[in-house]
Amino acid sequence: MGRGENIAHLVQPGRRQKTQQEPLDVDPLIIRFLRTFREILKFVLFSYTVLFGALLLARTTQQTRVSSSKSRARDRYPLSEPLIMAGAGGGNSDVQWCFSQVKGAIDDDVAEADIISTVEFNHSGELLATGDKGGRVVIFQQEPETKNQPQCRGEYNVYSTFQSHEPEFDYLKSLEIEEKINKIRWLPQKNAAQFLLSTNDKTIKLWKISERDKRPEGYNLKEEDGRYRDLNTVTTLRVPVFRPMDLMVEASPRRVFANAHTYHINSISVNSDCETYLSADDLRINLWNLEINDRSFNIVDIKPANMEELTEVITAAEFHPNQCNTFVYSSSKGTIRLCDMRASALCDKHTKQFEEPEDPNNRSFFSEIISSISDVKFSHSGRYMMTRDYLSVKIWDLNMESRPVETYQVHEYLRSKLCSLYENDCIFDKFECCWNGNDSVVMTGSYNNFFRMFDRGYRQDVTLEASRENSKPRSVLKPRKVSTGGKRKKDEISVDSLDFNKKILHTAWHPLDNIIAVATTNNLYIFQEKLN
Amino acid sequence: MINTMECAVDAQSLISISLMKIHNSRTQRGGIKLHKNLLVSYVLRNARQVYIKEKYAEIYRMQQYEEVMTVCNEIQELNPLDLDAEDADDEEQARAACCGEEASLCGSACHRGAAQPAAHARTASALLGCSSLEDGSREPDPSYYRSCCMEASPVSHCDQLPASSSTHCNKTTVLDLDTHVVTTVENGYLHQDCCCDALQFGQGAQSSAKKRKVEFGCCISDVEEVSDFTAARKRAKREDCSYSNLDYTDTSNISNLISIFGSGFSGLLSRQADLEQICSNQVLASLGAWTRAIVAF
Repeated sequence: MGRGENIAHLVQPGRRQKTQQEPLDVDPLIIRFLRTFREILKFVLFSYTVLFGALLLARTTQQTRVSSSKSRARDRYPLSEPLIMAGAGGGNSDVQWCFSQVKGAIDDDVAEADIISTVEFNHSGELLATGDKGGRVVIFQQEPETKNQPQCRGEYNVYSTFQSHEPEFDYLKSLEIEEKINKIRWLPQKNAAQFLLSTNDKTIKLWKISERDKRPEGYNLKEEDGRYRDLNTVTTLRVPVFRPMDLMVEASPRRVFANAHTYHINSISVNSDCETYLSADDLRINLWNLEINDRSFNIVDIKPANMEELTEVITAAEFHPNQCNTFVYSSSKGTIRLCDMRASALCDKHTKQFEEPEDPNNRSFFSEIISSISDVKFSHSGRYMMTRDYLSVKIWDLNMESRPVETYQVHEYLRSKLCSLYENDCIFDKFECCWNGNDSVVMTGSYNNFFRMFDRGYRQDVTLEASRENSKPRSVLKPRKVSTGGKRKKDEISVDSLDFNKKILHTAWHPLDNIIAVATTNNLYIFQEKLN
Repeated sequence: MINTMECAVDAQSLISISLMKIHNSRTQRGGIKLHKNLLVSYVLRNARQVYIKEKYAEIYRMQQYEEVMTVCNEIQELNPLDLDAEDADDEEQARAACCGEEASLCGSACHRGAAQPAAHARTASALLGCSSLEDGSREPDPSYYRSCCMEASPVSHCDQLPASSSTHCNKTTVLDLDTHVVTTVENGYLHQDCCCDALQFGQGAQSSAKKRKVEFGCCISDVEEVSDFTAARKRAKREDCSYSNLDYTDTSNISNLISIFGSGFSGLLSRQADLEQICSNQVLASLGAWTRAIVAF
């Protein structure tokens, strides 16, 4: 009977059923321990995973930091201040410029052939090329930073000098062709040698600048001076070996691109594909291949059928820094046209036209002259472009054609002096402009050896002077001011005492650093940012 | 509208400066710079526009005074008795005064001239007539203006004025006080040549300058860019109107004027380098000389 057995259990309540209870006694302890251990294990595993993951993350970020600071300039600026990067803040009050070097003759008597006509840094900033009216090109090289003065950037010393162009005479037209170097453009470096394009009014030349610091010695059959040895004296076999020699820099013309322009060449620009380049004269733009010098393609022709209907000429042209199919050209009427070479072979029809309507209140006899654009430069990013006309600098967004996004007045006080500037031909001066490495500051020249910088971000500008008086090493440049009103404060210069023969037309900014090269009439000034 | 306030020099000197620049650029090293000369031609065009406007305004002013004087004369003619009674010199003085002074003085001159009380009423009416004419803004007779500009002589425009207000075929006897020469000019001859279109006053001086430019252009060597350049500048100097039919008649006009008036115009047909002097001479002459000439009937 079931009941009876049950009752039997109940009858003896005192006696515990040890056989049933015993596993209960054993299990909880071990199981409890196992369970706890499991929990502990889980926790340990979890925390290890977290730690390991964090370690991995830290290691990867550290690696990226290391790789991005290849450029020594960026090393100086920690990531916590991303705005103040290399080449930044040239115009704001935090950055001070100090004199570094001046190149050129000291005496005031300026020889016509020494007048500097173009200045250009190469893509790394290590080399600085200048061209003058005498057809010569002088290249300066930056010394590598020394261990003694790690804060001081290297000086620029003469690296190579050569005669690029000679004066020519066109017999058919009875015209003399000036040897003045109008533009120099560096090619991106592909091997040990450097290449640059230099042009005068009619001819473009590709120059190769190469170093030689070894020479072969010990020829078997030749003497040291090159004469062949008498074969009877040759008794042994020698293989020539390269021995070091003093560094010699050679410049040799590799290509001459001639006879393609009827009018005066004003610009050349190397394409981002590094295979082609364009050259622009007053009415036409030609496209060249760097390897082929006897053929060029005409891509823009604005010459009217009847020359009596001529109203504008091309003043500058440049390829887009990233898009190899895009280029812009500026005109004497103040318009900029952007062309896409994919649209058609002849780019007479522009893709975009950038023009700001003229202010009718400011109309004067010289409105056409002062609206003529003298220089156009793309920003390094390729998003913006800058144009320089006689009185102002304008920055255009490539996406907006109706008006510039920023306009900076360079020397507005000259507007009332246009008559006398016309008489002494100063109104025809072609000022150039340049961007800094990260497109935050633009710089251009003015008269009295003044040059101006405009900081786009901080909305500040500064006027500095390039003169021998401030030429003590590492002396800080003091900002200058031109007094426009009646009252002239101390240290200000009145408009009438400006020297219009001292003009800064050509300036260049190092692509990665805060180093600028400013050309006065016959001297080249190099200024650096003041470092503490 | 070109704002000339800020410019220290006037349109005249700008024109001459620009022409000198263009002239010098021919001999510059490196050949003619197309860009610079295009810009200079723009300045030239702007200066010419302003010059034309200024001249036009001036002639308009002068014409008003001459209208006043003409009315004075006509009123005096109506009364021959008064003419005999008056001193001939006084009348001349009156007319000269009318010519040379402001319109407001015309009344007083007439008043002065009419010494007799009998003429007083007439003079008063003449004065009223003068002032009414002065106040009225009349559209100047185009043919009249063209005759002024064709002239280009130190002898005043005033010479032609009274006659021109009537028909085209009047004769005018002119006394030039500068040279004391009395000459008779067929007005019809002059008017005939300038009756062809052209709207603006300065066209006369302009077309002579253009003609000279053409000659100038032919003189230089026949080179693509040079000829392009000259043609371009010729174009820029010209406006859209075509003055071709006027060119040749202008030159013959001017040579005839020279022979008639015997003034120093030998430079007019010579090298373009003298153009700026001619321009300035014209302006100065026209400003001053008309006050001195006298019209005699």
